[in-house]
Amino acid sequence: MTPLLSVRNLKTHFFLDEGVVKAVDGVDFDVFPGQVVGIVGESGCGKSVTIKSVMQLIQKPGRIIDGQILFRHHDEAGRETIIDLAQLDPHGKTIRSIRGAEIALIPQEPMASFSPVHTIGDQIMEAILLHLDVDEEEARRIAVERLHEVGMPNPEQRLNAYSWELSGGLRQRAMIAMSLACNPRLLIADEPTTAIDVTTQAQVLNLLLTLQKQHNMAIIFITHDLGVIAQIADFVVVMYLGRVMESGPVEDIFFNPQHPYTKALLESIPSIYAPAGKRLPTIEGSIPHPFSRPSGCPFHPRCKAFMPGVCNAAIPKLKAINDRQSVSCFLYDHAPAIVEGS
Amino acid sequence: MTQYIIKRLLLLPLLLFIFSVFAFFIIQAPPGDFVTSYIAELAASGSSMDQAQIEALREQYGLDQPLIVQYFRWVGGMLRGDFGVSLDWKRPIMELIKERLLLTVLLGAATFIISWSLAIPIGIISATKQYSFIDYFFTVFNYLGVATPTFMTALVLMWLAYSYFGISVTGLFSPEYVDAPWSLARVIDLLKHLWLPALILALDGTARLARVMRANLLDELNKPYVEMARAKGMSEWRLVLKYPVHLAINPLVSTIGWYLPMLFSGSVIVATVLNLPTIGPLLLRSLTNQDMFLAGVIVLIYCFLAIIGTLISDVLLAWLDPRIRMEA
Repeated sequence: MTPLLSVRNLKTHFFLDEGVVKAVDGVDFDVFPGQVVGIVGESGCGKSVTIKSVMQLIQKPGRIIDGQILFRHHDEAGRETIIDLAQLDPHGKTIRSIRGAEIALIPQEPMASFSPVHTIGDQIMEAILLHLDVDEEEARRIAVERLHEVGMPNPEQRLNAYSWELSGGLRQRAMIAMSLACNPRLLIADEPTTAIDVTTQAQVLNLLLTLQKQHNMAIIFITHDLGVIAQIADFVVVMYLGRVMESGPVEDIFFNPQHPYTKALLESIPSIYAPAGKRLPTIEGSIPHPFSRPSGCPFHPRCKAFMPGVCNAAIPKLKAINDRQSVSCFLYDHAPAIVEGS
Repeated sequence: MTQYIIKRLLLLPLLLFIFSVFAFFIIQAPPGDFVTSYIAELAASGSSMDQAQIEALREQYGLDQPLIVQYFRWVGGMLRGDFGVSLDWKRPIMELIKERLLLTVLLGAATFIISWSLAIPIGIISATKQYSFIDYFFTVFNYLGVATPTFMTALVLMWLAYSYFGISVTGLFSPEYVDAPWSLARVIDLLKHLWLPALILALDGTARLARVMRANLLDELNKPYVEMARAKGMSEWRLVLKYPVHLAINPLVSTIGWYLPMLFSGSVIVATVLNLPTIGPLLLRSLTNQDMFLAGVIVLIYCFLAIIGTLISDVLLAWLDPRIRMEA
């Protein structure tokens, strides 16, 4: 099977007056049709910037400076072509025909992501009218159908509702309905459950999985919550400071982690089986300031397996260590590495 | 919505009553009255009045009555449509202000239209192209607009118009139409004269309005709903005009209410420089001469316009913003 989306050595930097922030600095991963890929990492690890790069939504002073984002695009005639999204003009026609139609976004804050002065129906129908060749009446019908699909009670009336008239859960459902309006093949969910309570969170996750099967979509799911990843993802990408530390199928990541960072992350999940009074292990130190990235492997100052003269000298490449997992760590890679450039 | 407007209209008489009390007492607040300043004026020109004449004058205008009585006489007259007589001009107030009021409102409307149709696009362009050449250009233009007193602009433009085009731009009518009855020719003549004072007054407002619009829009442009609209595949201009501009304009709409009265009092100097037959200079003169009934009527008209203006802006805002509609 060929991937739907292939991100290769993606680098997105932000050029501020104070210096360059390398928010994403060499990220590789693939998304196959119908697959749920979870991207995990702490705040500031570049997961949101990665998916914004995929949608070409990076705003100034940020810029994609290197790498490829290959996507299997269906053009107007229905032919399938491989297109490099990284090369597209962020305001151009091509990317706009892909956004919302082939790649859709579910944002982090459903409250703030709907305009408060336009009805839900207006905003959902707008997404439909932008990409599908239908009249307003047909767009309304599709919008009602989508709202019905996401479990919105009284979908016809809700078309005239404003986002602030809905509860948090319903609001996120309306957002999902809007994202699914044009049947995208890739859905990007940027921490879609962060802003809602745990019960509703579970409902929304189940809904997403059901819809994913119905529509046979691929999903990139971004979260810092490992529990959510375990529930939803088929494949996991672990990021730290703009780089992929480890990637692999969800079972392998959870039961057979290879990278010291992944191991440390999993150890810091509170366990019910831990003896009472035992301290919860944490990762030493804290995330470095964006302007003072460590040399070499970005994780080396906090790493238990730090090898002086190796880890701080060069950046390890992401390499397959078996037929399932890839890791970027010198514990597994003694071959010459990419040397720190700048 | 209709209910909301009716509710607001029912409040109108109460507000007017309160304002009439305020207007009356503010006018009465300075020491002395019209007769005192009349005597001072006479003294300045070398003549004088004896005490009996002064008392007679006071009695004639009812200035010897207690304030309460004076107030009810004044209000009672206005309710019957009689605005009283100007002490200074010795003419009915209605006659004095009728045309001036119309011209002031016309000038205000023209100024409003010019400044909004300049300021909103300037604000939008400055915000969407932040820190670009055009943004800096408009910033400089705006600072000049805010910093230059309007009467100065008026003087410079008058001089330019006169020395380069040989036209006199003062007043709102050509000499032959000043006292002519209303006709199509007079209206055309008015339009020929109106644009310049309107433009001068608008430039000041435009600068402020454009700065506020730019700041509001910059706030809105970083909101998640803008990114969401982009993620839907909308073109940049279409989404900017539909979403953030709509939200950025709302706070400005709520300022329309103050606009008319502000323009009235703010345009006094320009109106004096350009010799405009508007209400501003009339108010200034009535205040300096303690022509209290005239001043009172004008202040009350200001209040009335402020109330109407606020009502209009509230209705507009409710129409534009469903969140406000629901609260109402």
